[in-house]
Amino acid sequence: MGPEMSAHVLASGDVPTLAEVLDTLLLRAGFNTGLVVVGTTLLGLAAGVVGVFVTLRKRALVTDALAHATLPGIAIAFLIAGGLGLAGRTLPLLLAGAAVSAILGVVCIGLILRHSRLREDAAIGIVLSVFFGAGVVALSWIQANAATGSAGLATFIYGQAATIRPSDLVVLAGLAIVAVLAAILFLKEFALVCFDESFARVLGWRVGAIDLAMTTLVVLVVVAGLQAVGVILVVSMLIVPAVAARFWTDRFGTMTIVAGMVGAVSGYLGSVLSALLPRQPAGAVIVLAAGAVLLASLLFAPSRGVLARAWRRLSLDLRIAGDHLLEVAHERGVGALPAAQIDRIAREHAWSVRVRRMLPLSLRRRGLAEGGGGGGLSITAAGRDRGARVARNHVLWAEYLVRHADVAPNHVDWSVDQVEHVLSEEIVRELEAALAERGGAPVESTS
Amino acid sequence: MSPILHRTPADLVNLGERPEHSPESPLSVHAMTVAYHRKPVLWDVDYDAPPNRLVAIVGPNGAGKSTLIKACLDLLPRASGQVEFWGEAYRRVRTRVGYVPQRESVDWDFPVSALDVVCMGRYRRLGWCRPVTRAHREAALRCLGQVGLREVADRQISRLSGGQQQRVFLARALAQEAELYLMDEPFAGVDAATERAIVEVLRRMKSDGRTVIAVHHDLQTVPEYFDDVILLNMRVVAAGPVGEVFTRENLQKTYGGRLTPLAEAAEAVARAAFEGR
Repeated sequence: MGPEMSAHVLASGDVPTLAEVLDTLLLRAGFNTGLVVVGTTLLGLAAGVVGVFVTLRKRALVTDALAHATLPGIAIAFLIAGGLGLAGRTLPLLLAGAAVSAILGVVCIGLILRHSRLREDAAIGIVLSVFFGAGVVALSWIQANAATGSAGLATFIYGQAATIRPSDLVVLAGLAIVAVLAAILFLKEFALVCFDESFARVLGWRVGAIDLAMTTLVVLVVVAGLQAVGVILVVSMLIVPAVAARFWTDRFGTMTIVAGMVGAVSGYLGSVLSALLPRQPAGAVIVLAAGAVLLASLLFAPSRGVLARAWRRLSLDLRIAGDHLLEVAHERGVGALPAAQIDRIAREHAWSVRVRRMLPLSLRRRGLAEGGGGGGLSITAAGRDRGARVARNHVLWAEYLVRHADVAPNHVDWSVDQVEHVLSEEIVRELEAALAERGGAPVESTS
Repeated sequence: MSPILHRTPADLVNLGERPEHSPESPLSVHAMTVAYHRKPVLWDVDYDAPPNRLVAIVGPNGAGKSTLIKACLDLLPRASGQVEFWGEAYRRVRTRVGYVPQRESVDWDFPVSALDVVCMGRYRRLGWCRPVTRAHREAALRCLGQVGLREVADRQISRLSGGQQQRVFLARALAQEAELYLMDEPFAGVDAATERAIVEVLRRMKSDGRTVIAVHHDLQTVPEYFDDVILLNMRVVAAGPVGEVFTRENLQKTYGGRLTPLAEAAEAVARAAFEGR
């Protein structure tokens, strides 16, 4: 069994037993597996924290280019090491080469932007593909021509978590500490530069220096992640946890904590899974684990999630439809609406089929109506009040527009509930008085 | 992406001696030229702001109104010219100068609350690596109160209306506790009620002895809201008290053939306001 297989608990494609699963989860499945799991967890933590700054500074694509641009550096560092007579795979030298070439890639993007009329996305695309292409060519040349030790170089493309050694673990732990410390110390600095760069400049901050600090953290995470996750996938360890975290919170600090946790959990679960499922590269499984967290966040997050938004949309539609219905009942002075009449109101107001179908249930649950015979509704006392109030507010609003159109807010989330909030009490009283004077539409005070 | 600056050699433009700027003038601009991509946007701008006045910068689209503010604050490179605040270089008096950027210049989906944004106005006082203290938070809350947004302090900023967002920026500037404020379109895209609220804040700032220089789009309200006006179209066409400078002739010079009936209406308003004094 080669070293790259030693992290796998199982040699074949057997389904792991419960005991094996537990052992792996609890880091008891052998030294190497434990090493990999702890290493990728630390890497995930650091990447998650740093990724928040990357996404909020809108640098996700640049970071992808940065990661791809490491590849030629690895190849050149290997050749230099060979020339110096060092053992081919001296990891620190290779990673130093990766860092230098990553920075060179970012500098190239800046140069293209400054000296050509290309847009940022084009510049990023050029640097990403040209650097990566150069790296692939250099690696295959090395494998065809160079001597010993070149076999493992290609693993940097997809990464190989199993090659994590005890000394690497120290480096990864250091990285995690640096990332967390930087996030704690510079939280407000990073936040302001991400949010409003020009205001940061006006305060006299050196935005360039703060950006440099953020980029340095990114380079460190990318280079540290190359070995485990690889050139292609390392960017997703930065981006995915941060994007997932954004679904759960509206606060910068909380988002950083959540992203760090999502990253750590993805690193942990991904490496455990890959240990249990032989021949599944850890890097890809880690990214998939993070992707699963993202998908769950996207769907189920309480306020920004897709389902929550759909539910809010539907409730709003139902509320508006209900208001229309009660207003009609109020205006016609009827206490019950047969199904045919509800259908007619539905057509007049172009309700969706779903709203029409769910409206009776919604009104009953809000205590505004009770089920009449044959799919009809009989309006309760609360429903009659509501209808009167809706009618009154519509009249008030129309009157307001007539009398105060010059100062009417141009962007009001128009809902009858808000009339009282949008208009001040004096205006409401003034409007009511004006209406009463004219002997216009009857205005019931519901307060 | 920052605009590329093609420097004119300083000695070509700046032959004259350094003028003596009055230390009373909160902002003195001398022979300032700013260019993007070879094309000058501002050319030889000279201006001395009077203290304790509300000053509007007015001019057609592309006249360089925002550029003037940004170049004064070193947010854009100047091809030539000098800017002084109270006779001193900007970097020495930063704490005395507040800034309200255009509302569109930031991403309002950013995960911060209204109060967080206002606290940013205190960051320079806080210093590096220090979290926001309770005292600063309370100062920020007071500033939110001044613009009438205390109730939405904890709301994420994308859940504010456009007018509220604009007022959050104003509150952040108040939190800077500066003496001179440069504002980039503080009235852009706000409803009439917010506009009145902002005018109230500006008047209060003036009565506290501060100076405000704001880019303004609506010619009709210039005489009502502002004391002074800068008519700008690449160069300063005219600058001074509204009653003297905000004339049909000057507006025509500023807007060229594009002077609309709107501006004529503004002139009528200006005359009425002037006669009313």
